[in-house]
Amino acid sequence: MTIQRDEVLKIARLARLELTDAELASLGDDLNKILAYVEQLSALDTTGVPSLEHAAEAGDTWRDDVSRPSLPRERGLAVAPAVADGCFQVPKIIE
Amino acid sequence: MKYEVVIGLEVHCQLSTNTKIFCGCATTFGNPPNSQTCPICLGHPGVLPVLNRKVVEYAVMAGLATRSTISSPNVFSRKHYFYPDLPKGYQISQFDKPICEHGTIEIVVDGTPKRIGLTRIHMEEDAGKNLHEGLGDVSHVDLNRAGVPLLEMVSEPDLRSPEEAVAYLKKIRTLVIYLGICDANMEQGNLRCDANISLRPVGREKFGTKVEMKNMNSFRFLKQALEYEIKRQAKVLDEGGTIVQETRLWDTKRGVTESMRSKEEAHDYRYMPEPDLLPVVVERAWIDAIRQNMPELPDAKRERFVADFGLSEYDADVLTVSRELADYYEAAVAAFSGDPKTTCNWVMGELAAKLNETGTPIEQCPMTAAQLAGIVQAIHSGEISGKIAKTVFGEMYGTGKDAAQVIREQGLVQVSDSGAIDAMIQSVMAANPDKVADYRGGKDKLFGFFVGQVMKASQGQANPQMVNERLKALLAG
Repeated sequence: MTIQRDEVLKIARLARLELTDAELASLGDDLNKILAYVEQLSALDTTGVPSLEHAAEAGDTWRDDVSRPSLPRERGLAVAPAVADGCFQVPKIIE
Repeated sequence: MKYEVVIGLEVHCQLSTNTKIFCGCATTFGNPPNSQTCPICLGHPGVLPVLNRKVVEYAVMAGLATRSTISSPNVFSRKHYFYPDLPKGYQISQFDKPICEHGTIEIVVDGTPKRIGLTRIHMEEDAGKNLHEGLGDVSHVDLNRAGVPLLEMVSEPDLRSPEEAVAYLKKIRTLVIYLGICDANMEQGNLRCDANISLRPVGREKFGTKVEMKNMNSFRFLKQALEYEIKRQAKVLDEGGTIVQETRLWDTKRGVTESMRSKEEAHDYRYMPEPDLLPVVVERAWIDAIRQNMPELPDAKRERFVADFGLSEYDADVLTVSRELADYYEAAVAAFSGDPKTTCNWVMGELAAKLNETGTPIEQCPMTAAQLAGIVQAIHSGEISGKIAKTVFGEMYGTGKDAAQVIREQGLVQVSDSGAIDAMIQSVMAANPDKVADYRGGKDKLFGFFVGQVMKASQGQANPQMVNERLKALLAG
């Protein structure tokens, strides 16, 4: 399985990445190498093998429903490029 | 052409946990923007989500209440899209292995019960809130809601009318309120609903093209939006057009649905298993423990009210709309069990009207169930008439007095002494000799006049049934 330039473009667009032609070509090569590497698995007969979502064994890694202090608001907002009225400010969202 | 309507609903219930689904931030509604956020719900790099156990417990409760199968393990997935209210660039949700599947919800429309299939219930995190109003060319983002736990409940396309859709949504609302897992306040948005709707010519099996509808945050809006959309689609089809698969928004002010053009581009969410969370194992013993602790559900309660108290399906339905109302009624019947039907009439009548008028929820009702039962008992024993009882109720409500005390203080005991009633009748007859003559001459309609006069003379306290009987006897001469 190999992917073409069109698909690399689509993936880039979904990730909101703007790529030059050279970058598209080189990333396409990289992606195809990764796919070829994973492709080796299809040589195995996996009939009846359940899918694996996670490498670790499932277990109870819960948190109790007890609240903990939140971040002071100024600290949470400090990393934002624009802030107003205690909110993150962004270009107008058109719905 | 005649069309059959096909509707499926996606309902989002915001769970009433103390904290968010993957971090310890509080979920309190209405606090200053971004005051309930932390590096996890803000989506900072390198942080790890930790699942709130209560969310799983609530999801299992919803699954058991809808006869769903509980899947173990079930798996969280990432759903990718970019939006300012979604700081991570993906929402942690469930995709191909949700916690609950194959449930059913029973609804009743026009007295006919119908089973609606529930495809799935899954757990996910809510997004933040975007504010636009009065902000000109910018928007503001409040992330207090980001990471608040949601259950998404997806129905099969089994609903065939707006009425069925409303009944279904009401049923879900009642269920989650009973279970105590969601406040289900539609105005605050903690119960939200999207609808898929399509039309197909009657008799055809294949579904028509569906339209997704959003923004219907009340039962009324859901019904109006679906009715509008049915008309719109029928018109397009009748004119030989085709329905475009799209998302439409219900405009509450103009009463129309409108295409959301910005969402026309096909979604590509690129779901993948969430690597930061382990598959969720729900042990059999835990499910059993949850089942043991579940409250009686509305269907079971309704059937019990009909069987034990001799109420009609309708009465039982109204009383079991909320657990608190049903509990109040049961407490009243426990205090006086002699006349459950009259108790029901008083809870649904005078009491409900008063609560409505003062905007008081039943759980804050200033009149105890035992006090209300006192009124019913006094009516039942013939001590006061139903009419006087309303006066007694008015005196009791808000003063904390018991029925017996009010009746005693105000001297409202019903007059059931035939001698006293005869005396009143005779004085009324003596004062109206011409009317007595007319009545005896065949003017039967005057009977009502005499009843009125006697009741007036007794200041409403005469036993109406006895007044009727004695009047008939004495007027007959």
